[in-house]
Formats: sequence, structure tokens, C-alpha cells
Amino acid sequence: MNKNFDIIIIGAGSVGVPIALFLAEDHFSVLVIESLASPGQGQNKKAIGGIRATHSDKAKIHISIEAIDVFSTWKEKYGDDIEWRSNGYSFLAYTSEHEKMLKDLLKIQKSYGLNIDWILAEEFLKIAPGVNPDGLRGSTFSPDDGSASPYLALNYFYFKSMEYGASYIFNEEVTGIQKKSNEFLIHTNKGNSFSAQNVINVAGNNANLIGKMVGLDIPVVPDSHEGGITDAVQHFFDPMIVDLRPAENSKNYYFYQRPEGQVIFCITPEPPIVGTDSRATSIFLPQVAQRMLELFPRLKNLKVRRTWRGQYPATPDGFPILGETEVDGFYLAVGMCGQGFMLGPGIGKLLTRLFTNSLSGDDKDNLKSLSLYRDFGVEEKFK
Amino acid sequence: MAETYRIKEHPILEIKERKAIPFYWNDQKLYAQEGEMIASALFAHGIHVFGHHVKDDSPQGIFCANGQCAQCTVIANGIPVKSCMIPVAENMIVQSCEGLPELPEVNESPSFDPIEEYETDVLIIGGGPSGLSAAIELSKNNVPLILVDDKSELGGKLVLQTHKFFGSIKDCYAGTRGIDIAKILSEELLKYDTATIWTNSTAVYVFSDKKVGILKDNTYLLIKPKILLNAAGAREKMLVFPGNTLPGVYGAGAFQTLVNRDMVIPSKRIFIIGGGNVGLIAGYHALQAGIQVAGLAEAMPECGGYKVHKDKLQRLGVPIYTSHTILSANGRDEVESITIAEVDKKFKPISGTEKTVHCDTILIAVGLNPIDEFHKEAEEAGMEVFSTGDAEEIAEASSAMFNGKIMGIKIAKALNRSSEKIPEEWSKKAEILKSPPQKTLPYKLPKSEEGVFPVFHCVQEIPCNPCASVCPLNQIKIEDDSLLGLPTFEGKCTGCMQCLTVCPALAITLVDYRKDSHFPTVSIPYEVGNHPIESGQQIHVVDIDGDLLDELHVVKVRDTKTKTQIIQVKAPSHVAKKIAGIRIQELIVSEVRENPLLDTIDDSVIVCRCERVTAGEIRKWIRKGITDMNQLKQLTRAGMGACGGKTCEILILRMYQEEGYALQDITLNTRRPLYVEVPLEILSTMKEK
Repeated sequence: MNKNFDIIIIGAGSVGVPIALFLAEDHFSVLVIESLASPGQGQNKKAIGGIRATHSDKAKIHISIEAIDVFSTWKEKYGDDIEWRSNGYSFLAYTSEHEKMLKDLLKIQKSYGLNIDWILAEEFLKIAPGVNPDGLRGSTFSPDDGSASPYLALNYFYFKSMEYGASYIFNEEVTGIQKKSNEFLIHTNKGNSFSAQNVINVAGNNANLIGKMVGLDIPVVPDSHEGGITDAVQHFFDPMIVDLRPAENSKNYYFYQRPEGQVIFCITPEPPIVGTDSRATSIFLPQVAQRMLELFPRLKNLKVRRTWRGQYPATPDGFPILGETEVDGFYLAVGMCGQGFMLGPGIGKLLTRLFTNSLSGDDKDNLKSLSLYRDFGVEEKFK
Repeated sequence: MAETYRIKEHPILEIKERKAIPFYWNDQKLYAQEGEMIASALFAHGIHVFGHHVKDDSPQGIFCANGQCAQCTVIANGIPVKSCMIPVAENMIVQSCEGLPELPEVNESPSFDPIEEYETDVLIIGGGPSGLSAAIELSKNNVPLILVDDKSELGGKLVLQTHKFFGSIKDCYAGTRGIDIAKILSEELLKYDTATIWTNSTAVYVFSDKKVGILKDNTYLLIKPKILLNAAGAREKMLVFPGNTLPGVYGAGAFQTLVNRDMVIPSKRIFIIGGGNVGLIAGYHALQAGIQVAGLAEAMPECGGYKVHKDKLQRLGVPIYTSHTILSANGRDEVESITIAEVDKKFKPISGTEKTVHCDTILIAVGLNPIDEFHKEAEEAGMEVFSTGDAEEIAEASSAMFNGKIMGIKIAKALNRSSEKIPEEWSKKAEILKSPPQKTLPYKLPKSEEGVFPVFHCVQEIPCNPCASVCPLNQIKIEDDSLLGLPTFEGKCTGCMQCLTVCPALAITLVDYRKDSHFPTVSIPYEVGNHPIESGQQIHVVDIDGDLLDELHVVKVRDTKTKTQIIQVKAPSHVAKKIAGIRIQELIVSEVRENPLLDTIDDSVIVCRCERVTAGEIRKWIRKGITDMNQLKQLTRAGMGACGGKTCEILILRMYQEEGYALQDITLNTRRPLYVEVPLEILSTMKEK
């Protein structure tokens, strides 16, 4: 195997694989090193598959609109069904504060080109009949947002990237990174070494660990969220429903119905559970079940088939960290805060423009706002 | 529609009169027996197809009969349910599940109760032979415990075992029927106040906070024990072959549940794949329930189960095909026949040896896998955990009882509640009870032609001694005094026949020359009441292997306390000692069709039955180099269904081996909660309206 590459990507997850895809498509020689057995075995497979451009800032909205373009046109371009559907997102408002916050954001979101509107409770109940109308003031609805299968999407991105010439190594951990004059030497736990002019750290939960190997302190701390999936029933509602209300020991939770009929759901614990322990606790199921049934009593006869726990590699402000660092040739695509799957293809496109020196003005602004060297004090509204 | 398919007569089991309650099946009014599961009520009317799969419209029906898969899903009063787990309610409207079920509308807002949490010293998952035995020992030492079992009755698989047990009388109730042992053990356990027993309670997961989630009737609760004992038993292995998902192909355990617990007749004629004890016993249970057995095929040159079990089945007229495998289950909506073939030394079918036999049901009894997930989960959670019985190692129930007893004392000691020493010879005995069949020795008939004496048609060393234990003159010895030895007779006999009626294999006859030395009386034990044998009737007597010896008239039928009958014939002296049994099944039942049906499209065979994933789809990805089973699952959905890969995972591993991979190169699937699907309503601890 060739040991010298233009770019080495550390991590074959939701973000690493699409970066490899677009770089390889642009004829860069790319190696992806992954510690697990196959692509997407870290947090990608824990993702529930929601894809939205409904964010609170320009950079993520732009990246996501581009990502949605990749997801939504994949089947017609390449023929693989990654189960993309534009079923839309609805953030519900039960309080005047949430209504105001969401409506204020609409203006910003629309100004960056997002197709989103406010709908009244009655209209929302038409796309999600059976949701408890008590106290529901209305919701956002962004019909171009949607969902895809994280499993299938990532696997088909992976196969396509290999067609374009990307190389992958699995079951091998990066143990050291040496900076030589104008190239990096990457060592693995199996005694292999690979060199490249550029390295991209896409190591998810391990972003900080990999950063330390070149002397960077990257503020990414994983915290845990639990998800689950039910048995399959006939289609009965459309959008991803996001309930922002805080409750005892939890913040928001969200769920939608997959094309095969299963309902998939996830909840954010409060306070955050920091760490990478992925074992299931007994708290999650009763907690999420109560919250979902209060909101949507019709779900009560669904059976929970499987649950899992995964991590959001979190940053202090809830935004990802992208782009160049003080170490020349060492790049970051980390701290996705649970949105790696939906942002991945957009980030892949953006970083490819960075490597081909074809950044637009907006791209430059966006990279600046997501830089490691930004002020981390301004929080994301949909964290 | 009449309830034609109920067992109305059984040599061992009592037929209980239960109240008939009406329900509706796709607008047809039917009657169930009170407390009966929907699936059994449908089977009682001969209904075997419960719906069709959304992916390919294939017919769906009973598979596990154990709440693990979802293939028996029906719509009951508007709600999709697993029909093997939900009892019929009066006037229940049951509909077949065609494609995906529709989720009923619900408008009232719920309110919730706080989740109940319990603490205890020991939580035992499983009330079968090992769990009950461990619980009894713990209770003797006053250790507070909770025992959960997912069935309505304690005893695990014991409640399905109508045959008498092997092993030793002293240590594990040998000579007593499984159903009776279940009663003895549960009655013993119920004496102790320190033991809390919850039936209809399924453990769903051992969480990292050391709490075990339990689905108890219709509530969800948590138990936090100091020690967990996994006695959850085993699950049956499956096979891949064309037609393997037709309604009518299922495990021997499901069959025994339907027949011996629910007392329905799921089949007119079965064929069995697998000659281990489970398969052999299932065949015997079928005959006892009046169901024909067209044959049994075993891939190895010898059956893996006890020879006496095999001989008993063969003598009753069931052909045993060793070195044979199943090629296909044939039929459109249900099984109509089976095609088997002889295999070579590499277990490849030999062309030209195919045989097709009519049957409506195929039982798969090709071995068991321990249910070990609770143990692994508890270890991950950092709990103190033990396993016993089949959950620890697959063996006979006699071994499960003895090992469960040792485990109970061990745990009491671990909790400092017992200072009892576990005798050293116990562990040796525990090992013997676990032993598979040992040597087969030459069949020797006694030389004597006078007086009265027992004849042992028992030539294979197995852990068993009831005959020696019951002889009032102490004239039956086990060779070498080992539990594994063969019985020998020392010369004195009163003709009491206790050895005949206690022998689990019905492998002892009594030959009496005292009245007529030319035509001695031969007493043959018999317990297939659905084929009543009466005095004066002509019967076919057979030798140890089931070969016909003679046609003789029955001189007397004697009933005994053990429900085993004694059939007496007067036989010419040259055959008398050779008589080992009675053939009851006519040869036409097992007749082989002239032209075998051959189905060779093996890429279309279903591997993942829940998601209907074919061998072809899976093989395609294996050949592309996918070695992570998680990735394979993501690409094909194999393993994403209701059963969670419990059935297909080992089949896929076998496909990897067929494709030339070593198992250590394969990354195994990640196991996740839950053990069985649980409705959100129950997990939420919703208050009942």
C-alpha cells in the first residue's frame, strides 16, 4: 500500500467519510484511518437521521443547505437509495418565550435562504394528527428539511469515495503525529506509519486526544444522549417533531417516523452526562416514554424495539470547529455537537473548496465564525 | 368453524375443562378457552396464517411461540400484538396483520405513576429447573430473593415434558415426569416467605446503574439486586433452507408449547430435523398427542440424543434418517412436504438420494444456544452475577436442577448466609449429569428361559439409574456403581414391574416363563393413549431397532399409578426376549414420494425472517468484503427486526464460514437493549383509566 498521501483524514465517521468523498472526487490522494471495524461505527450509527438547515446562524445554515443538496440528489445522481425524504422539521412552541425565540430566528433563517415558516397549531395538527393540542401555540415548519438513513448514506458515501480512489484503514488507531518540515508522519498502534502534507482531525469523541498529538487543545467534550426505535406501523405523521420544553432531568427531545414505519427518538439529558460511557441506564426509557406520550398520546401502542446511547462531541458554544489551525497543514472538522450526520456532506464540500483555493466570500466568513480561534461565548440557540 | 384442533385425549396430561369465550377472527365468530393465548385459539381452529409481511407479502405465523419474534403479530381490538403472548379477551376482535399495522388513534392525555423500584438480595431470571432449584437452596438459607419468569406457570420447559426424567432419583427426580417435577419444585419454593415469585414477568435488560428492567404483566418496574442469577435457559438454533419461513416451520420448543401447554393440535403430521434429545422427545410428545411423525433426520451418522429415546421413537414406527439433511420445505402458503437428502462426510447432500415426504409441519431441533445476554450486561454494569442451567451450559434438565442447587448454596455463601460445605463429590456428579451419551455396548439378551426377569433394551451409557433405585429386591445394579453404567440384573425377580414403569425410556420389558415356557408372557410398557391398545387386539411387536418380529394378540392391558400402561402378550419363546416395543404408526405415514421435489434457488432463501433478507443479499455484501456484521446489518437490515438478530446472527456467521472467512476475522453485532419489545405505554408507567 502507498504510504504517502496528499491528505490523511483521522476518523471514518459521519464527517470524515464525506470529506474523503469530495476530496477524492477532486483528485486528491486521501487516506482515512479509523480505529473501529468499518465506517460509521462510532456515533454515526447512533444518529437518528434528521437533516435540517434550521439552525440559528449563517454558517451552519449554509453548510446544511449544501448538505441537503447532496442528500436529496444522491439517488438520482448515483442510484443508491439512502432513504432521503423531505418530511420537514417542526419546532413546537408551548410557551410565549419559545414562540418569540422561534419567530425571531425565522427572520434570520429566511435571510440566509432557508425555506421556513410559522404555522398555527391547527395546521401543525394536519401534518401530525393526534398530537396533544393543549397549550400548543404553533410551530415552525421547514418543508425542505428531512431525513435519511445514516447507515445507508454513510456506506454509500464510503463506497463512492473508494471508487474515486480514497483509501481506508480500519481497526487501527492513530498513536502519534510527527510534524516534519512540510509533511506529517502518522503512527498507528499496529506499527504502521503514513505520511501526508495535510491532516484533518475528524476524530469525533477523540478530537481533543488527536489535537494534543500536535500540541493543540481543542475544546471538545463528549456528552451522552440516549435514543431508541419502535416497531413499524403504517405512516401516521410527517415531520421531525422537536419539543424544546425542559423537564425534570431532560431538555429537548425529538422524534420522527422512518420510511419503513418505525418511530425513532432521542432525548437530551439535563444536566449533561459527560463522558463516553455508552451503557444504557434505567432512567432513559420511562423518562422519554412519558414525555412522548404526553405530547403524542397515540404513540402509546408502539413497542420500543431497541435503544442505544451515544455521544455529542460538544463545544462550549454548541457550534462545530472547522478549518485551519496554528499548526500549518493540520485541519479540524470536529465538535459537531450531535449534528455530524446532517452537516457532513456540507463540510466535505466546504473543506474541498478550502483545499482547492476556491472559497467564496461566504465560505470565508463561515470558516472564520467556526474557527478554533473564535470567541466561544455566544451560544447556539438550538444546542 | 369448529374447534377441531384440540387435544381431547392424552395419556399423561389432564384435559382441563375451561370456559369457552367468544372472539372474532376477521369477522368470523370463534371460541377460545378462557386464559388461552390468541395464537393457540387460532391454532385450535386450524388457522395457521396470521398475516402477510409488508416487504414481500409472505405468509406469517407462529415461529418462536415465546414473545421473542413478531411473526405471529395480529391486530387485537385495534392494537398490534404478539398473538403468542396475549390471551383472548371476551368478544375480542382479532384481525390478521396484512403488511404494516395501523396505529389506533388515541385522544385522551395520559397521566403517570412513579416507576416502582425494588431491592433484594438475589434476583433470579428464570423459573425453570435450575432457577427453581437455586431459589429453594437460597430460601433454605433465608436469603430474600425475587424470582421472575416470563410464563404464567413456573417450571420453565419442565411443564412441557410429559416423559419421565433420566438422571438419578436421589439428586434430580429421575423417573418422575417433567410436569410433575415442575409441581414439586414450585410447591417447595412457595413454602418460603423470603421468596417473592413473579410469573408473567420478563426481564428486559440489566442497566448500567445495576437495575434490572422487568415487564411484569402490564407494568414496567426496576429491581436492584445484590446478586443476579441468570437462569434464563436457552434459545433454539435455526437453519437456512428454501421454505424455512413458511408457516409450519418452527422450533421443537414452540411445538411442545402448543401441544403440551396449550393442548392444541398444530399439525396432523410432523417431520423433525435434528436427532438430539429435544428432537427425539418432541417426536414422542407428538405421538402422545395423536400427531403423526413422518420421520426424523439427523445430519450426523448417529443421533446425538440418548439412544433409548431414539429407539423408543423408532419402535413406535418413526423412521430415523441419520446422515440426512433438509433440502427444502415445500408448499405455497403452508408446509405441504419436506425434501431431505443423504449427506456425505462433509455434510454435502448427495445427488440422487433426495426423498420427499408429506407433512404439514417441520420441527427444527438442531441445538440450543445459552441466553447469556443478561450475564454479559450485568458484568458490564459491574454487578455480581452467576449463570446456571442452560443459560450457563446446554445440558439435560436433570443437570440443570443439580447445578442450580449447587449455585443456590454458592450464592448463599457469597452473601455470608450459609456456612454449608458443598461436598466435593457434588461437582463430580454435576459433571456426570452434564455428560452427553457415552459408549454404546453390545446388546446382550439374557440366556435364561425360565422364571421371570427383566430385559434391558438399554445399551448406551447415559447418566440414569431409576431402575436400580426402585427394585424392591435390590437386584438391579448399575455397572461400576457409576450413574453412567448400564443396568445388570442379579437373578431374583418377583415380577413387580416397578422397573418397567419407572424407566424413562420405556426400555425394560419383563419376560415371564412361569406359566408357559413355550409361550412366555411379555410385558411391554406403553404410554401413547391416543392409540389405545385393548385386550384381544392384534399388535405388531418389534425388536430394539423397531424391526418387526411378530404379530401377536394382547392378552391383558394393565394400568399403573405412573400412567404408563403395561401391555402383555404371549410370545413364542424365540422372539419373547427380543420384543422391545410396539409399532403403532402405519408405514404409509412416512411413505416417501416417488419423485422428490427439488428446490435449488438457494439465493432466495430467507436468512433474516423479521426483515425478510435473503441469503443472496447477504452473500453479495460478504463477497464485497464486508466483515463487520454491524455494517452488514446497516446495509441489509438483517438483524434489525423484532427478534434482534437472535435467529439470523448464527446463520450469517455460518455463511461467512462458507465463504472462507475465519470467525475471528468477523466483527460481531453490537447487542443492545431490549430483550423483548415493550410498548411505550408500559414503559411510561401510564396510569390505567
